[in-house]
Amino acid sequence: MHKRIIFAVAAVMVALMLICGCTGTTSDPTPVETQQLRIATTTSLYDTKLLDHLTPIFEEKYNAEVLIVSAGTGKAIEYGQNGDVDVLMVHDRAREDAFLADGYGTDRRVFAYNYFVLVGPESDPAGIKGMQPEAAFTAIRETGMADGSDVVFVSRGDASGTHSKEKAIWKGAGFNYSADVQGSGDWYQEAGTGMGATLTMANEKQAYTLSDIGTYLAYKGDLDLVTLVDEGDILLNVYCAMQINPEKYPDINSTVAKDWVNFMISDDVQKEIASFGVDQYGQPLFYAAQDDWEKIGVPQAEVKDPIA
Amino acid sequence: MYEIIEGFLEAIRLIVTLDPDVMAIAARSIIISLTATIIATLFAVPLGAAINFSTFPGKKSLINLIQTLYSLPTVVVGLLIFLLISRVGPFGFLRLLFTPTAMVIAQTVLVLPILTGLTISALSGVDPVIRDTLYSLGATRLQFLINIMKEARFAILAAVAVGFGRAISEVGAAILVGGNIMASSFASSTRVLTTAISLETSMGNISQSIALGIVLLVIALGVNLAIARVQHR
Repeated sequence: MHKRIIFAVAAVMVALMLICGCTGTTSDPTPVETQQLRIATTTSLYDTKLLDHLTPIFEEKYNAEVLIVSAGTGKAIEYGQNGDVDVLMVHDRAREDAFLADGYGTDRRVFAYNYFVLVGPESDPAGIKGMQPEAAFTAIRETGMADGSDVVFVSRGDASGTHSKEKAIWKGAGFNYSADVQGSGDWYQEAGTGMGATLTMANEKQAYTLSDIGTYLAYKGDLDLVTLVDEGDILLNVYCAMQINPEKYPDINSTVAKDWVNFMISDDVQKEIASFGVDQYGQPLFYAAQDDWEKIGVPQAEVKDPIA
Repeated sequence: MYEIIEGFLEAIRLIVTLDPDVMAIAARSIIISLTATIIATLFAVPLGAAINFSTFPGKKSLINLIQTLYSLPTVVVGLLIFLLISRVGPFGFLRLLFTPTAMVIAQTVLVLPILTGLTISALSGVDPVIRDTLYSLGATRLQFLINIMKEARFAILAAVAVGFGRAISEVGAAILVGGNIMASSFASSTRVLTTAISLETSMGNISQSIALGIVLLVIALGVNLAIARVQHR
C-alpha cells in the first residue's frame, strides 16, 4: 500500500513533467532559441487590444516571445525601476523624464498619441458639455459637492498616466488635488484600477470619468457614457516606449528590447497604429507620431531615429 | 437580467465547444495549483508527522500558529513572494517574477500551513486503541509510522483536496506574482481561471467570466467527487 502511494505520486509528477515538456517543445519548434521580451504597459494600450494586434507581427519577425504585464503607468514605472521588465510603454511625460534622469531608462521613442476625453452620462447633470476641460472639472466638483447631488466623478486613482493627467487638469483649474478634490466628498471616487475597468465602473454609477479616447472607443459598445469634453490642449496624450537601462541592469534583454522600440517607430508599424480600429470603430484609436512630432511637442529624434 | 441569461448561454457555448482560450486557462490553473499542492504535500506530510509524533516545549503554540496561518491572506503571500523574487529582491537573479513558477511557489507557501495542520489533525485523530495495539505488538518506529499513516490516509487525502481547493481558487497571489500574462506560448502565460475572471469582469466580458467561473466550479466539484470515491471504496 505504502509503495503504491509512492508510485502514484511519482506517476503524477512524471506526467506533469511530460505535460510541461510537451508544451515547451510544441511552442518552440525552431532550433534557434526564442528570446523573451517582458513589457510593462499602460492599460490603455492593452485594453484597446493594440498590443495584441502588434505582438504577433513582432514575434514572427524577431523570433521572440512577448510577455505583457498590463498595469498603470505608475506601477509599470515601478516594475521598470526594479528591473523586472525589459521595456516600458507609458504615457506620462513628466514621470518618464524623471525615470530617464535617474538612469533607469534609456532610448525613449514616441510612437503614438491621441487625446483624453471627459465622458459621462448623456443626461449630463453637471452641464459640462462643450466646456474647456478645466471649467468642466470645476463644474463637476461644484455640482458634486452640492447637497443631494447625484453627480459622481470616478478617478483612476492608481497613479497611472491618466491619473496624472487628471491631477494636472485639477491643478490647471486652480485646485489643490489632495486638499480640494480627494476626500472632499462622496462625489469623488477613486477606482484604483485600469482604464477599461474604470469605464465599466463609471458606467454602472452613471458617473463622469477621464479616459483616453482609444480605450473609450474600444469599450463604447458596452457603455451608456457619451463624450462631453474633447477639446483643449491639456488633453493631449502621448505614448512612448523605452528600454530599461542595460547599464543599470546588465542582464536585461537589451537587444530584443531595442528591436521592440525600433519596431514601434518603424514605418510599417506606424501605419498599423494609424489604421488600427478604423474598421471597427469608424475612427482611429491612436494617431501615428511619426510626422506629427512638432504638433505634439517632442524632439524629432524621438519619433524618427531608430536606436543604434 | 437579459445580460445574465445571455452571459450564461454564451458561457455554455464556450464550454461545450471547448473554446481553446478557456481550455488553456483551465489547464494552466490545474497544472499550477496541482504542482503547488503536490510540492506542499511532500513537505507538509513529513513535517506534520514530525510535529505530531514528537514532544517538545511549545508544541501546542506551534500548532496554534500553524492553524492561524490557515487564513493567511493570499495577497500577503503574494506580496512576500513578490518582494523575494523581484529583481531587487534577494532571489531576483533567478528572474522568476511573472512566471508560472512564481505562482507555484506562492501557492505552495499558501497551502503549506493548511496541509501541515490538517496532517497533524489527521494523525492525532487516529484511534488511540490502534496506537496502543501497535506498541503492545512491539512495532518498530517505522512500522508504527507506516501503520498510523495508513489509518490516516483518507483524512490526509481530504487535507490535500482542501489545499488544492485553496490554491486553485486564490487570486491575490496569482495576480501579484504572475501578472496575468497571456503570451503566445502556453508555458510562459500566467493567466489562470481566477485572474482571468477578475480581468474579464472588470473589462465587461461577462460571458467569458461566467464560463471561466463554471469551469472553476466544475474542477472543484470533480476533485471532491474523486476524493469521495476514494474514501468510500
